[in-house]
Amino acid sequence: MAEITAAERVALARHAGRPGTADYISALFTDFFECKGDRQCREDPAILGGVALYKGHPVTVIGHRKGKSLQENMACNFGMPGPEGYRKAQRLMRQAQKFRRPVITFVDTPGAYPGLEAEARGQGEAIASTLSLMSALDVPVITVVTGEGGSGGALALAVANRVLMLENAVYSVLSPEGFASILWKDSSRAGEAAEIMKLTARDLVALGAADEVIPEPQGGAHENPQAVFVAVDRALSYALDRVVREGDFAQRRYEKFRGMGTPRSRKEGL
Amino acid sequence: MRDSFRQRRERMIQLKTRREGKETDIPRKHIAKAVFGKCPDCGAMVPKTELARTLYVCPKCGYHHPVGAYLRLSMLLDSKSFRELDEKLTAPNALKFPGYDEKLQAARKATGLTEGVVTARGKIDGRMAVFAVLDSRFFMGSMGVALGEKVTRAVEYADRAGLPLIIFSASGGARMQEGILSLMQMAKTSAALERFGAHGGLYISVLTHPTTGGVTASFASLGDVTLAEPGALIGFAGPRVIEQTIGQKLPEGFQRSEYLEEHGFVDQIVPRSQMKETLSLLLRLHEKRGEDHG
Repeated sequence: MAEITAAERVALARHAGRPGTADYISALFTDFFECKGDRQCREDPAILGGVALYKGHPVTVIGHRKGKSLQENMACNFGMPGPEGYRKAQRLMRQAQKFRRPVITFVDTPGAYPGLEAEARGQGEAIASTLSLMSALDVPVITVVTGEGGSGGALALAVANRVLMLENAVYSVLSPEGFASILWKDSSRAGEAAEIMKLTARDLVALGAADEVIPEPQGGAHENPQAVFVAVDRALSYALDRVVREGDFAQRRYEKFRGMGTPRSRKEGL
Repeated sequence: MRDSFRQRRERMIQLKTRREGKETDIPRKHIAKAVFGKCPDCGAMVPKTELARTLYVCPKCGYHHPVGAYLRLSMLLDSKSFRELDEKLTAPNALKFPGYDEKLQAARKATGLTEGVVTARGKIDGRMAVFAVLDSRFFMGSMGVALGEKVTRAVEYADRAGLPLIIFSASGGARMQEGILSLMQMAKTSAALERFGAHGGLYISVLTHPTTGGVTASFASLGDVTLAEPGALIGFAGPRVIEQTIGQKLPEGFQRSEYLEEHGFVDQIVPRSQMKETLSLLLRLHEKRGEDHG
Protein backbone atom coordinates (compact mmCIF):
# COMPACT_ATOMS: atom_id res chain seq x y z
CA MET A 1 0.00 0.00 0.00
CA ALA A 2 1.25 3.43 -0.89
CA GLU A 3 2.30 5.74 1.90
CA ILE A 4 -0.47 8.16 2.92
CA THR A 5 0.44 11.74 1.98
CA ALA A 6 0.38 14.57 4.50
CA ALA A 7 -2.55 16.15 2.69
CA GLU A 8 -4.48 12.87 2.95
CA ARG A 9 -3.74 12.75 6.66
CA VAL A 10 -5.10 16.29 7.01
CA ALA A 11 -8.33 15.04 5.41
CA LEU A 12 -8.43 12.00 7.71
CA ALA A 13 -7.77 14.17 10.76
CA ARG A 14 -10.80 16.27 9.81
CA HIS A 15 -13.05 13.34 8.86
CA ALA A 16 -16.57 13.89 10.17
CA GLY A 17 -16.81 10.34 11.49
CA ARG A 18 -13.56 10.52 13.43
CA PRO A 19 -13.95 9.86 17.17
CA GLY A 20 -13.85 13.05 19.20
CA THR A 21 -13.24 14.03 22.82
CA ALA A 22 -16.72 12.99 23.94
CA ASP A 23 -16.23 9.54 22.39
CA TYR A 24 -12.90 9.04 24.12
CA ILE A 25 -14.38 10.13 27.42
CA SER A 26 -17.21 7.63 27.25
CA ALA A 27 -15.00 4.82 25.98
CA LEU A 28 -11.98 5.23 28.28
CA PHE A 29 -13.35 6.75 31.49
CA THR A 30 -16.14 6.05 33.91
CA ASP A 31 -18.31 8.29 36.07
CA PHE A 32 -17.65 11.42 34.01
CA PHE A 33 -19.02 14.58 35.60
CA GLU A 34 -19.03 17.54 33.20
CA CYS A 35 -18.05 20.93 34.61
CA LYS A 36 -19.35 23.89 32.66
CA GLY A 37 -18.59 27.56 32.54
CA ASP A 38 -15.70 29.94 33.11
CA ARG A 39 -17.32 31.57 36.20
CA GLN A 40 -16.98 34.96 34.54
CA CYS A 41 -19.49 35.25 31.75
CA ARG A 42 -20.04 32.18 29.63
CA GLU A 43 -20.07 28.46 28.98
CA ASP A 44 -18.11 27.58 25.86
CA PRO A 45 -19.11 24.16 24.53
CA ALA A 46 -16.08 24.11 22.17
CA ILE A 47 -14.17 22.84 25.18
CA LEU A 48 -15.53 19.86 27.11
CA GLY A 49 -14.17 19.21 30.55
CA GLY A 50 -14.82 17.61 33.88
CA VAL A 51 -13.83 14.98 36.38
CA ALA A 52 -13.89 11.24 35.71
CA LEU A 53 -12.35 8.00 36.84
CA TYR A 54 -9.57 6.47 34.77
CA LYS A 55 -8.92 2.89 35.81
CA GLY A 56 -10.66 3.74 39.04
CA HIS A 57 -8.61 6.86 39.81
CA PRO A 58 -9.93 10.41 39.58
CA VAL A 59 -8.57 12.55 36.75
CA THR A 60 -9.44 15.87 35.18
CA VAL A 61 -10.31 15.51 31.50
CA ILE A 62 -10.36 18.46 29.11
CA GLY A 63 -10.65 18.45 25.35
CA HIS A 64 -11.84 20.30 22.28
CA ARG A 65 -15.33 19.38 21.17
CA LYS A 66 -16.44 19.64 17.56
CA GLY A 67 -19.80 17.88 17.85
CA LYS A 68 -21.21 15.20 15.56
CA SER A 69 -24.28 16.57 13.80
CA LEU A 70 -24.38 19.92 12.03
CA GLN A 71 -26.46 21.23 14.89
CA GLU A 72 -23.83 20.14 17.39
CA ASN A 73 -21.07 21.49 15.15
CA MET A 74 -22.74 24.89 15.24
CA ALA A 75 -23.28 24.78 19.00
CA CYS A 76 -19.61 23.88 19.51
CA ASN A 77 -18.44 26.41 16.93
CA PHE A 78 -16.76 23.52 15.08
CA GLY A 79 -14.35 23.06 17.96
CA MET A 80 -12.99 26.60 17.87
CA PRO A 81 -12.98 27.88 21.45
CA GLY A 82 -13.28 31.46 22.55
CA PRO A 83 -11.42 32.89 25.53
CA GLU A 84 -14.14 31.56 27.84
CA GLY A 85 -13.31 28.02 26.80
CA TYR A 86 -9.68 28.48 27.75
CA ARG A 87 -10.65 30.16 31.02
CA LYS A 88 -12.89 27.21 31.82
CA ALA A 89 -9.94 24.92 31.09
CA GLN A 90 -7.81 26.98 33.47
CA ARG A 91 -10.42 26.68 36.18
CA LEU A 92 -10.44 22.91 35.79
CA MET A 93 -6.64 22.73 35.76
CA ARG A 94 -6.45 24.70 39.01
CA GLN A 95 -8.91 22.24 40.53
CA ALA A 96 -6.86 19.33 39.30
CA GLN A 97 -3.88 20.85 41.06
CA LYS A 98 -5.89 21.44 44.22
CA PHE A 99 -7.19 17.87 44.37
CA ARG A 100 -3.94 16.36 43.08
CA ARG A 101 -5.53 14.80 40.01
CA PRO A 102 -3.68 14.09 36.76
CA VAL A 103 -4.86 16.18 33.79
CA ILE A 104 -5.63 14.39 30.55
CA THR A 105 -6.35 16.49 27.49
CA PHE A 106 -7.65 15.64 24.03
CA VAL A 107 -6.70 18.02 21.27
CA ASP A 108 -8.87 18.40 18.18
CA THR A 109 -9.40 21.92 16.91
CA PRO A 110 -8.92 23.91 13.72
CA GLY A 111 -7.72 26.68 16.05
CA ALA A 112 -8.95 29.25 18.52
CA TYR A 113 -11.87 31.20 17.09
CA PRO A 114 -10.85 34.30 15.14
CA GLY A 115 -13.93 36.38 15.90
CA LEU A 116 -14.78 39.87 16.99
CA GLU A 117 -16.07 38.99 20.44
CA ALA A 118 -13.27 36.52 21.05
CA GLU A 119 -10.81 39.35 20.44
CA ALA A 120 -12.77 41.80 22.57
CA ARG A 121 -12.63 39.36 25.47
CA GLY A 122 -8.93 38.66 25.11
CA GLN A 123 -8.33 35.52 23.05
CA GLY A 124 -4.58 36.16 23.15
CA GLU A 125 -4.49 36.67 26.90
CA ALA A 126 -6.64 33.59 27.49
CA ILE A 127 -4.27 31.37 25.51
CA ALA A 128 -1.14 32.92 27.00
CA SER A 129 -2.30 32.50 30.57
CA THR A 130 -3.38 28.92 29.91
CA LEU A 131 0.11 28.16 28.58
CA SER A 132 1.80 29.60 31.63
CA LEU A 133 -0.60 27.95 34.07
CA MET A 134 -0.27 24.58 32.40
CA SER A 135 3.52 24.81 32.31
CA ALA A 136 3.64 24.97 36.10
CA LEU A 137 0.97 22.42 37.11
CA ASP A 138 2.38 20.12 39.72
CA VAL A 139 0.39 17.10 38.60
CA PRO A 140 0.94 14.74 35.66
CA VAL A 141 -0.36 16.11 32.36
CA ILE A 142 -0.87 13.89 29.31
CA THR A 143 -2.11 15.13 25.94
CA VAL A 144 -3.52 13.05 23.12
CA VAL A 145 -3.78 14.84 19.77
CA THR A 146 -6.70 12.98 18.27
CA GLY A 147 -7.51 15.00 15.15
CA GLU A 148 -6.47 18.50 14.19
CA GLY A 149 -3.94 20.31 16.34
CA GLY A 150 -4.48 23.82 15.06
CA SER A 151 -2.04 26.44 16.23
CA GLY A 152 -2.14 28.26 19.59
CA GLY A 153 -5.68 27.07 20.17
CA ALA A 154 -4.36 23.50 20.28
CA LEU A 155 -1.14 24.21 22.15
CA ALA A 156 -3.13 25.88 24.94
CA LEU A 157 -4.33 22.40 25.94
CA ALA A 158 -1.08 20.62 25.10
CA VAL A 159 1.66 21.76 27.47
CA ALA A 160 1.99 18.21 28.73
CA ASN A 161 4.57 15.84 30.15
CA ARG A 162 3.81 13.45 27.30
CA VAL A 163 2.22 14.41 23.99
CA LEU A 164 0.77 11.42 22.14
CA MET A 165 -0.52 11.67 18.59
CA LEU A 166 -2.79 9.41 16.64
CA GLU A 167 -1.17 8.25 13.42
CA ASN A 168 -3.36 10.40 11.19
CA ALA A 169 -3.63 13.38 13.51
CA VAL A 170 -1.88 16.57 12.45
CA TYR A 171 -0.47 19.39 14.54
CA SER A 172 0.78 22.60 13.06
CA VAL A 173 1.51 26.27 13.52
CA LEU A 174 -1.40 27.12 11.24
CA SER A 175 -3.83 25.26 8.99
CA PRO A 176 -2.33 24.33 5.61
CA GLU A 177 -4.88 26.69 4.02
CA GLY A 178 -3.80 29.60 6.21
CA PHE A 179 -0.17 28.73 5.67
CA ALA A 180 -0.54 28.75 1.88
CA SER A 181 -2.50 31.95 2.02
CA ILE A 182 0.14 33.73 4.11
CA LEU A 183 3.21 32.50 2.26
CA TRP A 184 1.91 32.26 -1.28
CA LYS A 185 -1.27 34.34 -1.11
CA ASP A 186 -3.09 31.28 -2.43
CA SER A 187 -5.06 29.05 -0.07
CA SER A 188 -5.77 26.54 -2.84
CA ARG A 189 -2.16 25.36 -2.51
CA ALA A 190 -3.00 23.85 0.90
CA GLY A 191 -2.07 20.34 -0.26
CA GLU A 192 1.39 21.50 -1.23
CA ALA A 193 1.69 23.36 2.07
CA ALA A 194 0.77 20.24 4.05
CA GLU A 195 3.70 18.40 2.48
CA ILE A 196 6.36 20.93 3.48
CA MET A 197 4.93 21.96 6.86
CA LYS A 198 5.98 18.74 8.62
CA LEU A 199 2.70 18.37 10.44
CA THR A 200 2.18 14.62 10.60
CA ALA A 201 2.55 12.63 13.81
CA ARG A 202 5.79 11.10 12.61
CA ASP A 203 7.22 14.51 11.65
CA LEU A 204 6.37 15.88 15.07
CA VAL A 205 8.04 13.03 16.89
CA ALA A 206 11.14 13.57 14.74
CA LEU A 207 11.14 17.27 15.65
CA GLY A 208 10.65 16.54 19.34
CA ALA A 209 7.28 18.29 19.50
CA ALA A 210 5.44 15.01 20.17
CA ASP A 211 6.56 11.88 21.97
CA GLU A 212 4.74 8.98 20.48
CA VAL A 213 2.56 7.87 17.58
CA ILE A 214 -0.54 5.79 18.30
CA PRO A 215 -1.33 3.52 15.33
CA GLU A 216 -4.70 3.73 13.62
CA PRO A 217 -6.63 1.05 11.74
CA GLN A 218 -6.29 1.02 7.99
CA GLY A 219 -8.40 3.76 6.41
CA GLY A 220 -8.34 5.90 9.53
CA ALA A 221 -9.80 6.03 13.03
CA HIS A 222 -13.40 6.30 11.83
CA GLU A 223 -13.13 2.85 10.19
CA ASN A 224 -12.81 1.09 13.52
CA PRO A 225 -13.28 3.35 16.56
CA GLN A 226 -13.22 0.42 18.98
CA ALA A 227 -9.70 -0.50 17.92
CA VAL A 228 -8.65 3.14 18.31
CA PHE A 229 -10.08 3.34 21.83
CA VAL A 230 -8.09 0.26 22.79
CA ALA A 231 -4.89 1.70 21.30
CA VAL A 232 -5.36 5.10 22.91
CA ASP A 233 -6.20 3.52 26.24
CA ARG A 234 -3.06 1.43 26.14
CA ALA A 235 -0.81 4.36 25.17
CA LEU A 236 -2.45 6.69 27.68
CA SER A 237 -2.18 4.33 30.63
CA TYR A 238 1.43 3.56 29.76
CA ALA A 239 2.28 7.26 29.46
CA LEU A 240 0.50 8.11 32.71
CA ASP A 241 2.28 5.31 34.59
CA ARG A 242 5.57 6.48 33.25
CA VAL A 243 5.02 10.14 34.16
CA VAL A 244 3.79 9.23 37.64
CA ARG A 245 6.80 7.01 38.17
CA GLU A 246 9.23 9.73 37.07
CA GLY A 247 7.69 12.30 39.39
CA ASP A 248 8.81 15.96 39.45
CA PHE A 249 5.99 16.79 37.02
CA ALA A 250 6.35 20.55 36.70
CA GLN A 251 10.13 20.48 36.48
CA ARG A 252 10.22 17.75 33.84
CA ARG A 253 7.52 19.46 31.80
CA TYR A 254 9.42 22.72 32.02
CA GLU A 255 12.61 21.12 30.78
CA LYS A 256 10.78 19.45 27.94
CA PHE A 257 9.39 22.71 26.59
CA ARG A 258 12.51 24.67 27.47
CA GLY A 259 14.40 22.48 25.06
CA MET A 260 12.00 22.91 22.13
CA GLY A 261 14.07 23.65 19.06
CA THR A 262 16.95 24.89 21.16
CA PRO A 263 19.79 25.85 18.83
CA ARG A 264 22.98 23.90 19.20
CA SER A 265 25.01 27.02 20.05
CA ARG A 266 23.53 27.12 23.53
CA LYS A 267 26.77 28.19 25.06
CA GLU A 268 27.18 31.18 22.83
CA GLY A 269 26.39 34.57 24.29
CA LEU A 270 25.89 35.09 28.01
CA MET B 1 54.26 27.65 15.17
CA ARG B 2 51.79 25.95 17.50
CA ASP B 3 52.65 28.50 20.11
CA SER B 4 51.80 31.42 17.92
CA PHE B 5 48.41 29.88 17.20
CA ARG B 6 47.85 29.42 20.87
CA GLN B 7 48.83 32.98 21.65
CA ARG B 8 46.60 34.28 18.94
CA ARG B 9 43.73 32.23 20.26
CA GLU B 10 44.21 33.50 23.80
CA ARG B 11 44.33 37.03 22.54
CA MET B 12 41.04 36.50 20.66
CA ILE B 13 39.40 35.11 23.78
CA GLN B 14 40.65 38.07 25.78
CA LEU B 15 39.26 40.48 23.25
CA LYS B 16 35.95 38.65 23.17
CA THR B 17 35.58 38.70 26.93
CA ARG B 18 36.47 42.35 27.07
CA ARG B 19 33.95 43.15 24.39
CA GLU B 20 31.17 41.18 26.05
CA GLY B 21 31.92 42.51 29.48
CA LYS B 22 31.86 46.12 28.50
CA GLU B 23 28.94 48.43 28.69
CA THR B 24 28.80 50.74 25.76
CA ASP B 25 26.66 53.12 23.83
CA ILE B 26 24.52 51.48 21.21
CA PRO B 27 26.70 51.23 18.11
CA ARG B 28 25.65 53.95 15.67
CA LYS B 29 25.77 51.58 12.73
CA HIS B 30 22.95 49.60 14.32
CA ILE B 31 20.61 52.52 14.58
CA ALA B 32 18.46 52.37 11.52
CA LYS B 33 18.54 54.85 8.79
CA ALA B 34 15.36 56.59 9.69
CA VAL B 35 12.00 55.45 8.54
CA PHE B 36 10.83 58.70 7.25
CA GLY B 37 9.03 60.90 4.92
CA LYS B 38 5.36 60.52 4.36
CA CYS B 39 3.20 59.72 7.37
CA PRO B 40 1.11 56.66 6.44
CA ASP B 41 -1.69 57.91 8.63
CA CYS B 42 -2.19 61.58 7.72
CA GLY B 43 0.06 61.89 4.68
CA ALA B 44 2.12 64.74 6.13
CA MET B 45 5.64 65.05 4.73
CA VAL B 46 8.02 65.42 7.64
CA PRO B 47 11.77 66.01 7.29
CA LYS B 48 14.05 63.35 8.65
CA THR B 49 15.68 65.57 11.23
CA GLU B 50 12.33 66.66 12.60
CA LEU B 51 11.16 63.03 12.90
CA ALA B 52 14.32 62.08 14.78
CA ARG B 53 13.63 64.91 17.21
CA THR B 54 10.03 63.75 17.80
CA LEU B 55 11.18 60.12 18.33
CA TYR B 56 9.58 59.16 15.01
CA VAL B 57 6.15 60.33 16.00
CA CYS B 58 4.34 62.36 13.36
CA PRO B 59 4.17 65.94 14.66
CA LYS B 60 0.95 66.49 12.73
CA CYS B 61 -1.19 63.52 13.78
CA GLY B 62 0.77 61.66 16.48
CA TYR B 63 1.23 58.50 14.39
CA HIS B 64 3.92 56.34 15.95
CA HIS B 65 6.22 55.11 13.20
CA PRO B 66 7.52 51.59 13.85
CA VAL B 67 11.14 51.85 14.97
CA GLY B 68 13.95 49.31 14.92
CA ALA B 69 15.13 47.57 18.07
CA TYR B 70 18.42 49.43 18.50
CA LEU B 71 16.80 52.77 17.78
CA ARG B 72 14.15 51.96 20.38
CA LEU B 73 16.79 51.12 22.95
CA SER B 74 18.69 54.30 22.16
CA MET B 75 15.56 56.25 23.10
CA LEU B 76 15.41 54.59 26.50
CA LEU B 77 18.80 53.68 27.86
CA ASP B 78 21.25 55.78 29.81
CA SER B 79 24.39 56.48 27.86
CA LYS B 80 27.13 53.86 28.10
CA SER B 81 24.82 51.36 29.82
CA PHE B 82 24.02 49.10 26.86
CA ARG B 83 25.28 45.54 26.83
CA GLU B 84 23.84 43.18 24.28
CA LEU B 85 23.05 39.55 25.16
CA ASP B 86 23.17 36.58 22.78
CA GLU B 87 23.95 38.89 19.91
CA LYS B 88 24.85 36.14 17.48
CA LEU B 89 22.29 33.50 18.38
CA THR B 90 20.59 32.00 15.36
CA ALA B 91 18.65 28.81 14.71
CA PRO B 92 19.09 26.19 12.00
CA ASN B 93 16.51 25.70 9.27
CA ALA B 94 15.10 22.66 11.09
CA LEU B 95 12.31 21.98 8.59
CA LYS B 96 14.72 22.47 5.65
CA PHE B 97 12.12 24.88 4.41
CA PRO B 98 12.83 25.75 0.78
CA GLY B 99 14.20 29.26 0.33
CA TYR B 100 14.26 30.08 4.04
CA ASP B 101 18.04 30.30 4.44
CA GLU B 102 18.25 32.71 1.51
CA LYS B 103 15.44 34.85 2.91
CA LEU B 104 17.17 34.95 6.29
CA GLN B 105 20.40 36.07 4.68
CA ALA B 106 18.60 38.80 2.80
CA ALA B 107 16.84 40.01 5.95
CA ARG B 108 20.16 40.08 7.84
CA LYS B 109 21.76 42.09 5.11
CA ALA B 110 18.88 44.52 4.83
CA THR B 111 18.48 45.17 8.56
CA GLY B 112 21.92 44.51 10.06
CA LEU B 113 20.14 42.30 12.61
CA THR B 114 20.79 38.60 13.16
CA GLU B 115 17.22 37.90 14.32
CA GLY B 116 13.92 39.64 14.98
CA VAL B 117 14.73 40.55 18.56
CA VAL B 118 17.55 42.36 20.31
CA THR B 119 18.11 41.42 23.94
CA ALA B 120 20.23 43.53 26.21
CA ARG B 121 21.00 44.72 29.68
CA GLY B 122 20.88 48.43 30.32
CA LYS B 123 19.91 51.21 32.66
CA ILE B 124 17.01 53.62 32.76
CA ASP B 125 17.77 56.58 35.02
CA GLY B 126 20.43 54.52 36.75
CA ARG B 127 18.23 51.46 37.30
CA MET B 128 19.35 48.26 35.66
CA ALA B 129 16.90 46.10 33.72
CA VAL B 130 16.90 43.39 31.07
CA PHE B 131 15.34 44.25 27.70
CA ALA B 132 14.01 42.28 24.78
CA VAL B 133 12.97 44.44 21.86
CA LEU B 134 11.32 42.91 18.82
CA ASP B 135 12.04 44.41 15.44
CA SER B 136 9.28 44.25 12.85
CA ARG B 137 11.72 44.90 10.01
CA PHE B 138 13.06 41.37 10.41
CA PHE B 139 10.50 38.81 9.16
CA MET B 140 7.77 40.98 10.69
CA GLY B 141 9.19 40.26 14.14
CA SER B 142 7.82 36.75 13.80
CA MET B 143 8.74 34.23 16.47
CA GLY B 144 10.84 31.27 15.43
CA VAL B 145 13.22 29.21 17.50
CA ALA B 146 15.97 31.84 17.71
CA LEU B 147 13.60 34.63 18.72
CA GLY B 148 11.90 32.41 21.29
CA GLU B 149 15.25 31.28 22.62
CA LYS B 150 16.62 34.82 22.92
CA VAL B 151 13.51 35.99 24.75
CA THR B 152 13.65 32.95 27.04
CA ARG B 153 17.32 33.55 27.79
CA ALA B 154 16.60 37.19 28.54
CA VAL B 155 13.92 36.05 31.02
CA GLU B 156 16.37 33.60 32.58
CA TYR B 157 19.08 36.23 32.74
CA ALA B 158 16.72 38.60 34.54
CA ASP B 159 15.71 35.77 36.86
CA ARG B 160 19.28 34.86 37.76
CA ALA B 161 20.39 38.45 38.17
CA GLY B 162 17.27 39.52 40.07
CA LEU B 163 16.59 42.26 37.53
CA PRO B 164 13.31 43.57 36.15
CA LEU B 165 12.41 42.55 32.60
CA ILE B 166 10.99 44.84 29.92
CA ILE B 167 9.82 43.40 26.60
CA PHE B 168 8.77 45.55 23.64
CA SER B 169 6.64 43.41 21.36
CA ALA B 170 6.15 44.00 17.65
CA SER B 171 5.29 40.88 15.74
CA GLY B 172 3.20 39.37 13.01
CA GLY B 173 3.03 36.13 15.02
CA ALA B 174 4.70 32.79 14.47
CA ARG B 175 7.50 32.25 11.94
CA MET B 176 5.75 30.10 9.33
CA GLN B 177 8.99 28.68 7.94
CA GLU B 178 9.82 27.02 11.26
CA GLY B 179 6.47 25.30 11.56
CA ILE B 180 5.61 23.51 14.77
CA LEU B 181 8.85 24.56 16.43
CA SER B 182 7.81 28.19 16.23
CA LEU B 183 4.50 27.26 17.87
CA MET B 184 6.43 25.58 20.67
CA GLN B 185 8.21 28.86 21.43
CA MET B 186 4.90 30.15 22.79
CA ALA B 187 4.99 27.47 25.48
CA LYS B 188 8.69 27.94 26.11
CA THR B 189 8.55 31.71 26.63
CA SER B 190 5.35 31.52 28.69
CA ALA B 191 6.81 28.82 30.93
CA ALA B 192 9.97 30.87 31.51
CA LEU B 193 7.90 33.91 32.45
CA GLU B 194 5.78 31.83 34.80
CA ARG B 195 8.95 30.82 36.66
CA PHE B 196 10.35 34.30 36.65
CA GLY B 197 7.06 35.56 38.10
CA ALA B 198 7.00 32.85 40.76
CA HIS B 199 10.44 34.05 41.86
CA GLY B 200 9.08 37.56 42.27
CA GLY B 201 10.46 39.06 39.07
CA LEU B 202 8.85 42.16 37.60
CA TYR B 203 7.87 41.93 33.94
CA ILE B 204 6.70 45.00 32.04
CA SER B 205 5.19 44.20 28.64
CA VAL B 206 5.04 47.04 26.12
CA LEU B 207 2.85 46.44 23.09
CA THR B 208 3.78 48.30 19.93
CA HIS B 209 2.47 48.27 16.39
CA PRO B 210 1.72 45.54 15.41
CA THR B 211 1.53 42.81 18.06
CA THR B 212 -0.44 39.82 16.81
CA GLY B 213 -0.70 36.03 16.67
CA GLY B 214 1.55 33.80 18.69
CA VAL B 215 3.36 36.65 20.39
CA THR B 216 0.08 38.14 21.63
CA ALA B 217 -0.98 34.65 22.72
CA SER B 218 2.19 34.18 24.76
CA PHE B 219 4.74 36.51 26.35
CA ALA B 220 3.21 39.82 25.23
CA SER B 221 0.06 39.12 27.26
CA LEU B 222 1.75 38.00 30.47
CA GLY B 223 3.08 41.26 31.90
CA ASP B 224 2.66 42.31 35.52
CA VAL B 225 2.20 45.70 33.93
CA THR B 226 1.10 46.07 30.33
CA LEU B 227 1.68 49.29 28.41
CA ALA B 228 0.86 50.09 24.80
CA GLU B 229 1.95 52.75 22.35
CA PRO B 230 -0.97 54.78 20.98
CA GLY B 231 -2.78 53.40 17.96
CA ALA B 232 -0.97 50.05 17.87
CA LEU B 233 -2.74 47.07 16.32
CA ILE B 234 -2.89 44.38 19.00
CA GLY B 235 -4.74 41.11 18.69
CA PHE B 236 -4.62 37.36 18.34
CA ALA B 237 -6.21 36.92 14.93
CA GLY B 238 -5.43 39.48 12.26
CA PRO B 239 -8.22 41.81 11.10
CA ARG B 240 -8.30 40.26 7.61
CA VAL B 241 -8.81 36.76 8.99
CA ILE B 242 -11.58 37.97 11.29
CA GLU B 243 -13.35 39.79 8.47
CA GLN B 244 -13.21 36.63 6.36
CA THR B 245 -14.52 34.53 9.24
CA ILE B 246 -17.44 36.70 10.27
CA GLY B 247 -18.10 38.09 6.81
CA GLN B 248 -18.37 41.71 7.84
CA LYS B 249 -16.26 44.84 8.14
CA LEU B 250 -14.69 45.46 11.51
CA PRO B 251 -15.57 48.61 13.41
CA GLU B 252 -13.23 51.60 13.39
CA GLY B 253 -10.52 51.35 16.03
CA PHE B 254 -11.04 47.61 16.57
CA GLN B 255 -7.94 45.91 18.05
CA ARG B 256 -6.18 49.23 18.56
CA SER B 257 -4.44 50.10 21.83
CA GLU B 258 -7.32 52.30 22.92
CA TYR B 259 -9.79 49.45 22.31
CA LEU B 260 -7.68 47.10 24.38
CA GLU B 261 -7.44 49.60 27.20
CA GLU B 262 -11.21 50.00 27.15
CA HIS B 263 -11.64 46.22 27.30
CA GLY B 264 -9.31 45.84 30.24
CA PHE B 265 -6.19 44.38 28.67
CA VAL B 266 -3.80 47.32 28.98
CA ASP B 267 -2.85 49.29 32.09
CA GLN B 268 -1.98 52.48 30.26
CA ILE B 269 -1.37 53.83 26.81
CA VAL B 270 1.92 55.64 26.85
CA PRO B 271 3.07 57.95 24.04
CA ARG B 272 6.66 57.42 22.97
CA SER B 273 7.71 60.77 24.40
CA GLN B 274 6.72 59.56 27.87
CA MET B 275 7.90 55.97 27.63
CA LYS B 276 11.23 56.43 29.33
CA GLU B 277 9.84 58.33 32.32
CA THR B 278 6.96 55.84 32.67
CA LEU B 279 9.32 52.86 32.71
CA SER B 280 11.57 54.73 35.09
CA LEU B 281 8.63 55.30 37.45
CA LEU B 282 7.59 51.66 37.28
CA LEU B 283 11.14 50.49 38.03
CA ARG B 284 11.26 52.87 40.97
CA LEU B 285 7.86 51.71 42.28
CA HIS B 286 9.00 48.08 42.24
CA GLU B 287 12.46 48.65 43.61
CA LYS B 288 11.49 47.97 47.20
CA ARG B 289 9.29 45.10 48.21
CA GLY B 290 6.10 45.73 50.16
CA GLU B 291 7.47 43.79 53.09
CA ASP B 292 10.25 46.36 53.44
CA HIS B 293 7.71 48.66 55.12
CA GLY B 294 8.18 49.24 58.74
